[in-house]
Amino acid sequence: MVNEASGESVELMISARGLTKTFGEVEAVRGIDVDVRRAEAFGFLGPNGAGKSSTMRMIAAVSPPTGGTLEIFGLDPTAHGAGIRARLGVCPQQDSLDTELNVFDNLYIYGRYFGIPRADVKARAHELLEFVQLTDKADSRIDSLSGGMKRRLTIARSLINSPDLLLLDEPTTGLDPQARHVVWDRLFRLKQQGVTLVLTTHYMDEAEQLCDRLVVMDKGRIVAEGSPLALIAEHSTREVAELRFGVGEHEGTAARVSDLGERVEVLPDRLLVYAEDGEEVVTKVHERGLSPVATLVRRSTLEDVFLRLTGRTLVD
Amino acid sequence: MTTQLTGVATARTAPNPAQAVGLMLLRNYLVYRSAWKIFVTGFIEPVLYLFSIGIGVGELIDTFEFNGRAIPYAEFVAPAMLAASAMNGAIYSSTFNVFFKLKFDKLYDQILATPLSTGDVARGEIAWGLVRGGVYSAAFIVVMLVMGLISSWWAVLALPAALLIGFAFSAVGMALTTYMRTWQDFEKVTLLQLPLFLFSATFFPISALGGWSWLIEISPLYRGVVLCRELTTGALSQASVISVVYLVVMGLIGLVVVRRRLSLLLLK
Repeated sequence: MVNEASGESVELMISARGLTKTFGEVEAVRGIDVDVRRAEAFGFLGPNGAGKSSTMRMIAAVSPPTGGTLEIFGLDPTAHGAGIRARLGVCPQQDSLDTELNVFDNLYIYGRYFGIPRADVKARAHELLEFVQLTDKADSRIDSLSGGMKRRLTIARSLINSPDLLLLDEPTTGLDPQARHVVWDRLFRLKQQGVTLVLTTHYMDEAEQLCDRLVVMDKGRIVAEGSPLALIAEHSTREVAELRFGVGEHEGTAARVSDLGERVEVLPDRLLVYAEDGEEVVTKVHERGLSPVATLVRRSTLEDVFLRLTGRTLVD
Repeated sequence: MTTQLTGVATARTAPNPAQAVGLMLLRNYLVYRSAWKIFVTGFIEPVLYLFSIGIGVGELIDTFEFNGRAIPYAEFVAPAMLAASAMNGAIYSSTFNVFFKLKFDKLYDQILATPLSTGDVARGEIAWGLVRGGVYSAAFIVVMLVMGLISSWWAVLALPAALLIGFAFSAVGMALTTYMRTWQDFEKVTLLQLPLFLFSATFFPISALGGWSWLIEISPLYRGVVLCRELTTGALSQASVISVVYLVVMGLIGLVVVRRRLSLLLLK
């Protein structure tokens, strides 16, 4: 691929065309096209069951594609699995650490699996423990770590081989807010150092924070693609007015406010009115004699794009 | 605090199969380095059997005929305990331990995300079973030697024989484990293991079983017991050759099944 502006060739880390994955009768991935360039932070967004993890496993060269073509670093993962995995860092959805080994040995043996010489892997392990702020836990058992620490250790482990491409499957799911911010900070630093990041998430704020570009997946297909801002501009309005009424009143009230915005979304606990000016919506709602229990005017986020595209909330 | 990663630790060539086995052994060594007490207990069981049955019950028995030679009863039982402990050790590490790593620790998923392959995992874990079993067998052979239960130089081959038994049972045990769904499934393994232990000419010759002796003759532990007993007593026959071929084939079949099953389970 050639960058038209500079004329330089842009290296594709991942290139998929018509990629499919079938498990028996279930079509998890139904023909997706994806290109990820060097030093890019790329996100797969989608509800559970959208096919994100299946896609990630194919990219990680541990799951053979059913159909279509897939190239990682320009190589076919079916034929060059080991060579591809040697250059990948993988941070799986569930922390799967070696619970029979202590923190340091987890990094040490993992690095050795890549064929990295002893002295190099030791130095790298110490540096990574420092990077994820776990140096004082080097001799601890895995069971004694908190969720945030385990996740940081898993991220450190995925960096042991200085990967060209780092795959993160829901990197902050299940973490408390502080722990999430530490992880985001570390991922952001890696991105600045030129590491290509590919992550899946169902946290919209995470995608907005970290991703240069992302695709929204639903039922095995890509339903939208672009930068977070472009997606919001394309699929949502500038602002959203959130209106909260009494339990069970939302369905009935929706019709009475539907003309106030471009679109109204009915959630179990509130109405979302999409409009250019949210305050104006709230004022008009009150003028109509409606009295919501609570109101909130906010900027549109990826979550709104998501609701629009997949037609459901993210809690499933 | 490091905020920039400066060191670059890379190896652009994946470990070869022999190095991969070495790395799997290293991983297990790191685990047992701090849990050596658990490691040592595996040695106790066959020694207890040897003392209680071989020596204790042996007191009640004058001499015993084996391959046309008269030998003390303890000399008859000791090589059988060597073979049985090689089997038990191999089954234990290739079933319970492997099941835990496969289903709960997700260890093999972690390893397969690196350049290592399912073949590397299969060979590495079976090799670890061999190392562990080999240490127990070597210690047991020393006990036999000290107690005067070895009467031939052929006995130097008893250790490789025990390793071969370990290989055969490790490979088949690990293959069976890939089909297990819950811990309860292991009761079936125990159910098979106990009669093998009791009836494979371990405590009495198969002639006592009359018309059923053919069934024992084609069972794997019997092949191991015959091999070990012929080596430690020096009364060799073609039965040893049959045993070696039997156990090698059994182990290789197990290894192929393990590799294919791991690919099927973990590389979906």
